[in-house]
Amino acid sequence: MRIDPARLIDAIADCMIENMQELTELDAAIGDADHGLNMRKGGEALRADMAAFKAASLPQALQLAGNILATTVGGAAGPLYGSLLMTMGKSIGPDPDLGEVGKALVAGVEAMERLGKVEAGQKTMLDVWKPVSRLVAREGATVQSVRALAHEAAVATIPMEARRGRASYLGERSRGHMDPGARSSELLILAVIDALEFEQ
Amino acid sequence: MTDLVGIVIVSHSIDIAKGINDMVRQIAGSELKVAFCGGTADGRLGTNMKSVQDAIDAAWSPAGVVILVDLGSAEINSELAIDMLPAERRGSVVVCNAPIVEGAVVAATEAKSGSPLADVKRAAEELSPQ
Repeated sequence: MRIDPARLIDAIADCMIENMQELTELDAAIGDADHGLNMRKGGEALRADMAAFKAASLPQALQLAGNILATTVGGAAGPLYGSLLMTMGKSIGPDPDLGEVGKALVAGVEAMERLGKVEAGQKTMLDVWKPVSRLVAREGATVQSVRALAHEAAVATIPMEARRGRASYLGERSRGHMDPGARSSELLILAVIDALEFEQ
Repeated sequence: MTDLVGIVIVSHSIDIAKGINDMVRQIAGSELKVAFCGGTADGRLGTNMKSVQDAIDAAWSPAGVVILVDLGSAEINSELAIDMLPAERRGSVVVCNAPIVEGAVVAATEAKSGSPLADVKRAAEELSPQ
């Protein structure tokens, strides 16, 4: 597997910009309707630094991207995605195999979990990242199985009652809506897979 | 002279942060360091890690710093800003689980009297519903 850092960050940026409308609508239902715009701002900030990403190694690119997201996104997604990427950047080498990617992803998701003081089943982005990181870290995970799991895990947040984040103020009324952070997580995972597949 | 614990206020809204800062200033006097931040870099509602880092620097004291936050991302960005501090400062900055307005005023009152970091945090957190 070859990972081109600039192409990877470019795919993440595109994904954050292109899905503004859908994420805004999901967040309007159970939150403060800013997740789409926040993500777009983060994507635009990544794009604005593309020259730096072109010159960066993979660990450098991930750490820089994490820092940019924590600084520009605005909502909780900023520091959470930021800490995921920064921790991955610190845990990964410049030319990782799939096993190393899996380990770095697990470390990143643990950082995100600790920072957000969140557990699985609370209707948050962790409900996607936790199972996906475990699957990627397991030997023999296929691209198809990771894609399918990311989607299933996002859909599985629909009946959950929110226990963390702005939607938790709704209590029972948060049921019946997909968590916007879980959906953006699914979209990012699919976008990253596409960018990596392109390299194969 | 004893170093006083510094106070940082982090809100989604710069107007709320500034308003609380004004209230704290009334009681803080000149020796207590207070800093605030709120909103995104481009002026929307929200918080960002960099502005929390800058506020911690501005309120820095060898006695430590307490941070008062409003909602979700204010807490998470504050915790991340603490994680990013140099190791020697990391243990001296804490986020209070307290209502932001009352917590800031109580923390400032406690800090002004020269109480250590743990006491300032506890005084603010006694306001939280149990």
